[in-house]
Amino acid sequence: MTASSAPAAARSVRPPGQLVIQIDGVTKLYQMGEETIHALRGVALTIRRNEYLAIMGPSGSGKSTLMNMLGCLDTPTAGHYDFNGKNVASMVDDELADIRNREIGFVFQTFNLLPRSNALHNVELPLIYAGLSRSERLQRAAQALTDVGLGDRMHHRPNELSGGQRQRVAIARALVTRPSIILADEPTGNLDSKTGVEIMDLFEHLYELGNTLIVVTHEEDVARHARRIVRLRDGLIESDQTV
Amino acid sequence: MQRLWNEFSESSRIALTQIRANMMRSVLTALGVIIGIVAVTLMGTAINGIDVGFQNSLAMLGDDVLYVQKWPWGRVDDWWNYQNRPLIRPEMSDQLNRVIEDSRDSLLQVAVPVAARGGPVKTGENQIGGVQIVGTTANYSQMMSADFKEGRLFNDTESAGGRQVCVLGFDVAEALFPNSSPLDQSVKISGQPFTVIGVLAKQGAFLGLFSFDNQVMVPLNAYRKYFSFNSNSSQLRVKVKDKNRMEEAKEELIGAMRRVRGLLPGERDNFSINQQQAFREQLDPIKKGIAFAGLFITGLSLFVGAIGIMNITFVSVKERTKEIGTRKALGARRRSILLQFLIEAVSICLIGGLIGLTLTFSLCLILQSTMPSLPVVFSGSLVIISMVVSIATGIVSGFAPAWGASRLDPVVALRYE
Repeated sequence: MTASSAPAAARSVRPPGQLVIQIDGVTKLYQMGEETIHALRGVALTIRRNEYLAIMGPSGSGKSTLMNMLGCLDTPTAGHYDFNGKNVASMVDDELADIRNREIGFVFQTFNLLPRSNALHNVELPLIYAGLSRSERLQRAAQALTDVGLGDRMHHRPNELSGGQRQRVAIARALVTRPSIILADEPTGNLDSKTGVEIMDLFEHLYELGNTLIVVTHEEDVARHARRIVRLRDGLIESDQTV
Repeated sequence: MQRLWNEFSESSRIALTQIRANMMRSVLTALGVIIGIVAVTLMGTAINGIDVGFQNSLAMLGDDVLYVQKWPWGRVDDWWNYQNRPLIRPEMSDQLNRVIEDSRDSLLQVAVPVAARGGPVKTGENQIGGVQIVGTTANYSQMMSADFKEGRLFNDTESAGGRQVCVLGFDVAEALFPNSSPLDQSVKISGQPFTVIGVLAKQGAFLGLFSFDNQVMVPLNAYRKYFSFNSNSSQLRVKVKDKNRMEEAKEELIGAMRRVRGLLPGERDNFSINQQQAFREQLDPIKKGIAFAGLFITGLSLFVGAIGIMNITFVSVKERTKEIGTRKALGARRRSILLQFLIEAVSICLIGGLIGLTLTFSLCLILQSTMPSLPVVFSGSLVIISMVVSIATGIVSGFAPAWGASRLDPVVALRYE
């Protein structure tokens, strides 16, 4: 599953690094009243460091379930999931919380910023749970905000920022813990197209800096930015291609 | 450790932000706690006050004095037995004192006869009625619990000679001599002239029933000479040397009295030995009953306040379900979320408690300045207790919603709109 074809012009492809995510035979069942819903019916996927991956699929394809699984927000009903060599499938709540804190940076469609806190505090939040001292937190949060181009907006609250700026704050929050992967769920879904392009450019930049990105989307325009596209249908992987 | 501290300070920060953001709601919720704390602490001060008043009253009786009387203090079932007992005559004090002197290592110090009746006291201009006229001897000075405002008690000579001198209670002196010192002035007690040689300091009322300040003391011999002497009310008071050995002293006194009375072994005592302990034993259950009922009723209002806190914490959790999901996605553990909502509930309770305590404190000050006779006692332990109660209320009422929040599935919470 490594890149085999030559990349498009002006797009760099970085050589894949060590294994981060390895899932195999993952199924997920939901009980909806009398009915049992098979959200995932046996998915196998391997993601390495330095990859830029898009997960696509129509609604009901199991896309969100897979994303929750990859983000360690949920555990599979059956199957294997190793994250950096650790078996996530059998972990309890608090262990999953620690994995999410250290290894995964989330970017949500609705930004999910704390409305009463300024940008700096929002970015600082995961470091609070990581147990870092205040001075280190503030220093790293300020750096992350500067990295996404918001060095001059640190003390603004979310409602004083534009949509694009809010998503940048969210991206800074995802970056600040230096996670193994950044997991973005429809990151441009709530943005106008021009701002969406800016965010995708930022992702491109982050990729070039050496981050591993997973973007879940149903928009071809967004997926186009990725180096590898995984398509889901009816709880199964339909295609997995490098672009 | 650093992580726990971080979560604690973050939770406190959130709590304050939330309270400020939902000012009206927080104030209304805290009001329930404020009312509860005011009710409980006011009841606490009242109970404290009753207790202090009770102790003060008992101290007037003297905690090292035994009373030899015909009747016991408290309820009796076989009234007739007691009614038929021989009188306690003042002369018996001399016999009793001889027995005390004869016995080696006696725990008893001295026996003093006391007789009392009501009567008017007047000067040229002023008159008051219903004054307690007490006849006793100079030995009474050995067991007096009151201090002298001025002057002295009658001495042995005046006492033995039945001289017409008297000591006025504080209220009597105030009423008869509002502007001048009563010393060496003459008063008429039940029509007989007496010279004032002393005035007692203020003592207050016994259990709010009768006042020790409304009395005059005269030598017993003068009392017997001029006033109709009713032996029914006459008694002996016996001073005990060591108040830590009251029970032994009581046993010794019973033995001594039996000798004075010439009772044979097997005959029943025909006198009663009374002490303040009897009052204490009788009144303690009443006091405890008042305290329990009072705290239960006021505790109910605090309970209602606690339900308000629980309700508002449930609302807060519901409102911020998505935030909980976000925090969990960013690495908050269950205990982080639990802590966050517990601290929020405790903060409201603690603020309510502090406001309530301030209100109680000012109410106490107002009560004390307007009605000084009211026994209101605001103690430091009350501050600590009410703070502990506030925190406990916050924890108890915040726990269920906070627990629910900590158990939320992050996937479900993130999807919540």
